[in-house]
Amino acid sequence: MTSHVNPPVITTAARTNDPFAGAVLKDIANEQLRFHVAGLNFFYGAKQSLFDVNLEIPANCITALIGPSGCGKSTFLRTLNRMQETVRHTRVEGTVLLDGQDIFDMDVVRLRRRVGMVFQRPNPFPKSIFENVAYGLRINGFRGKLADRVEHSLHRAALWDEVKDVLHKSAYALSGGQQQRLCIARALAVDPEVLLLDEPCSALDPISTAKIEELMLQLRSACTVVIVTHNMQQAARVSDVAAFLLEGRVVECRPTAQLFTTPSDPRTEAYITGRFG
Amino acid sequence: MASHPQIVDGRGRLRSPAAFLRRLSNGDAIAHFITLTFAATILLITSLLVYELWINSRLPRHAFGWRFLFTSVWDPVFGHFGALPFVYGTLVTSAVALIIAVPLGLGAAIFLAEMAPRGLSDILAFLIELLAAVPSVIYGLLGIFIVVPLVRDYVGPFLKSTLGFLPLFRGPCYGVGFLTAGIILAVMIIPFIISVSREVLLSVPPDQREASLSLGATRWEATWKAVVPFARTGILGSIFLALARALGETMAVTMVIGNDPKISASLLAPGYSIAAVIANEFTEASGDLYLQSLIELGLVLFLLTFILNGLARILIAATETKGMASE
Amino acid sequence: MTLHLRWRKFVNLLMLGLTGVCVTVAVSALLIILGYLVIHGARSLNWNFFTKLPKPVGETGGGMANAIIGSAKLILLASCIGIPIGCIGGIYLAEFGGKTFSFLVRYTTDLLNGVPSIVIGIFAYTVVVLPMQHFSALAGGFALGIMMIPIAVRSTEEFLRAIPRSLREGSVALGASKWKTIVRVVVPAAIGGITTGIMLDIARVAGETAPLLFTAFSNRYWSPGWNQPTASLPVMIYTYAIAPYEDWHRQAWAAALVLLALVLLTNIVARLVLYSRRGSVSR
Repeated sequence: MTSHVNPPVITTAARTNDPFAGAVLKDIANEQLRFHVAGLNFFYGAKQSLFDVNLEIPANCITALIGPSGCGKSTFLRTLNRMQETVRHTRVEGTVLLDGQDIFDMDVVRLRRRVGMVFQRPNPFPKSIFENVAYGLRINGFRGKLADRVEHSLHRAALWDEVKDVLHKSAYALSGGQQQRLCIARALAVDPEVLLLDEPCSALDPISTAKIEELMLQLRSACTVVIVTHNMQQAARVSDVAAFLLEGRVVECRPTAQLFTTPSDPRTEAYITGRFG
Repeated sequence: MASHPQIVDGRGRLRSPAAFLRRLSNGDAIAHFITLTFAATILLITSLLVYELWINSRLPRHAFGWRFLFTSVWDPVFGHFGALPFVYGTLVTSAVALIIAVPLGLGAAIFLAEMAPRGLSDILAFLIELLAAVPSVIYGLLGIFIVVPLVRDYVGPFLKSTLGFLPLFRGPCYGVGFLTAGIILAVMIIPFIISVSREVLLSVPPDQREASLSLGATRWEATWKAVVPFARTGILGSIFLALARALGETMAVTMVIGNDPKISASLLAPGYSIAAVIANEFTEASGDLYLQSLIELGLVLFLLTFILNGLARILIAATETKGMASE
Repeated sequence: MTLHLRWRKFVNLLMLGLTGVCVTVAVSALLIILGYLVIHGARSLNWNFFTKLPKPVGETGGGMANAIIGSAKLILLASCIGIPIGCIGGIYLAEFGGKTFSFLVRYTTDLLNGVPSIVIGIFAYTVVVLPMQHFSALAGGFALGIMMIPIAVRSTEEFLRAIPRSLREGSVALGASKWKTIVRVVVPAAIGGITTGIMLDIARVAGETAPLLFTAFSNRYWSPGWNQPTASLPVMIYTYAIAPYEDWHRQAWAAALVLLALVLLTNIVARLVLYSRRGSVSR
């Protein structure tokens, strides 16, 4: 079921004069903000795909980004770990703060160690299962017992029991769902503070999906999770906070239960009730 | 918590010296630089090649100018050098090679691309690719001991008795000569014609073939009247590529052409080619003019193949884009 | 069936036959070559061939041990030049390339590929032999190395590009820099294809004669070091084939058989590996 965390209180007061600036979270008590995004605009060449996005992502919660395809949720997710820089002709304006630090002022390598990512299609390396998980540790100069860390990550990804005897085998020998959990283990190995998941279950069968959702709920206590999903039931099942995006803008962002039962914006309601998207 | 918007460039980099240094330290810029340097080396080597060819042929260029290409005297003793016999020999042997290889190669390519079942086609294509891997000197060896006697004892006399009225087949036949060189060149360039033409034919969109067949054409008619014309430019490109290969071919030709710097109308007569004369006389060239004349021949050969290869690539690319556009 | 239709069907069958004949001619050329070499070469192959030096002109017997070693040395040197420049240049084109510069590099690489081997020999002569004032293995290896570059570049670039983007993204998302991603993920994933491409490259260069004629030249003795004229199998075949001595012809066949066996074997193995990979490439 959903969150056991005190839901943050939301104010719908706009921060700027722009009526489309979206709602802003205000935290209470012991809940921190992991990400603070202000005025984010994203351009691919001359085409703009994110318009003045303001969003705050609370720590140790699962935040779901929902919306129809093409609304910019994946684009937005990828700016959180500066993955847009791997593509030419992209341009980003605005501020993104991670725990108060500007991510564009940080060393991008260190940023990506703190903010991990799992992709839509599993993309394990053509290496053994062990080497896949160990990869992030090796390149970041981990000094310590590699095998222990690998085992720990595979446990966290709920994959250890299934692969503990075949760690040397190629990652491609695993099923799709297992490969995706391997990618999660790989991302977890470097102990990120945030885990970004870009539609992680869209290529998987229902059983693997259920396993990964269970995983996310367990990870939440140690890790902030941001998940992009086009599956509203999934968002309703696992997330604490949901943000609805439409055509590159944040329409609203509220605790999941509230967004789904009493959406404040008619467009949100239209989307959730299936009238489009 | 900073609240003013920061402008970052397309790569998300802050324009500040600290950020730049950080970028440099993570090695990507160094890797970019190193790989770029190696890539630039290729440019350097090729430029140097052209430069060396040019600069080391200045003596004959100044002495003979353009006449070099049209003089047929090759007299090392008196220092008169003309490229005509060699250009003639190169062109004639290549022409003979094309006349033999193009029909055979095209026919084989059509068989492999259109008529044969895919499995058989793949196996045969594989074997023919192996043919292209045989070193030139081995072709020459077989040329000397198989083709030369064959031409001397059977093909030559046969041609003289049947077509001897033509100036092409007059005169004594020693076995070595333009015809023999042409035959061997033909065998050497057939694999190129086959593999490139086959690829080109296979890249013709299937709807061309299907449209023809659905109108009641036989397999051959669909191929010859629809597919091949569509792939015409690409096939022409493959012929140009093969020709470029034939022009530059050295060892096999040297071993069977007879090494006689004369221009003869008869294919049965011995002759010379650009590559062959360079191979034979380079190490014995006495004097700078002699050596540099040979180098100038190399320059001529370079330019010939350069132009042909360029044309070939344009033609082949044209067919491939034609295929994509009509999809 | 009308007469015209019968004629068309006849033509169809005839052309099937004719084109089939063309293929048969092409394939039988290969079989004839192999056949002759095996027949003539096998009986001249003996232990002496591989271990003895050539005898003085006119005497029978002897072998081509120095030519075998010489070819190996030349190929080694050629690989030291061709593989690094070709592969790292290929990495540049696949991973870093800027638009115009990449186009220039590719164009030049194709140009270099089309240069006749004898002209490359002239180039090596002017650049290495003339300053050194003598023939050497260095010059020969240099010439062969330059011939290796274009295929190495094309091979490397092609196989690197075939690696899907998702693998690169996965590595970058873990905090790996671009060069680490290339070295630890992309190149290892492509290494199989690249290696087979290099193998084909080496096989091609091993049989080249023309560029060696006035660079490494030849030698009837051992040529230790890199500074001396060096014998090589292809040049020996050429020299012996055009000479008037029966015994030398015999040895030429034997050498040709050895050379062809090595070249064809490498080609067959490399191409089979490549074709089997093409079936299982996309991941």
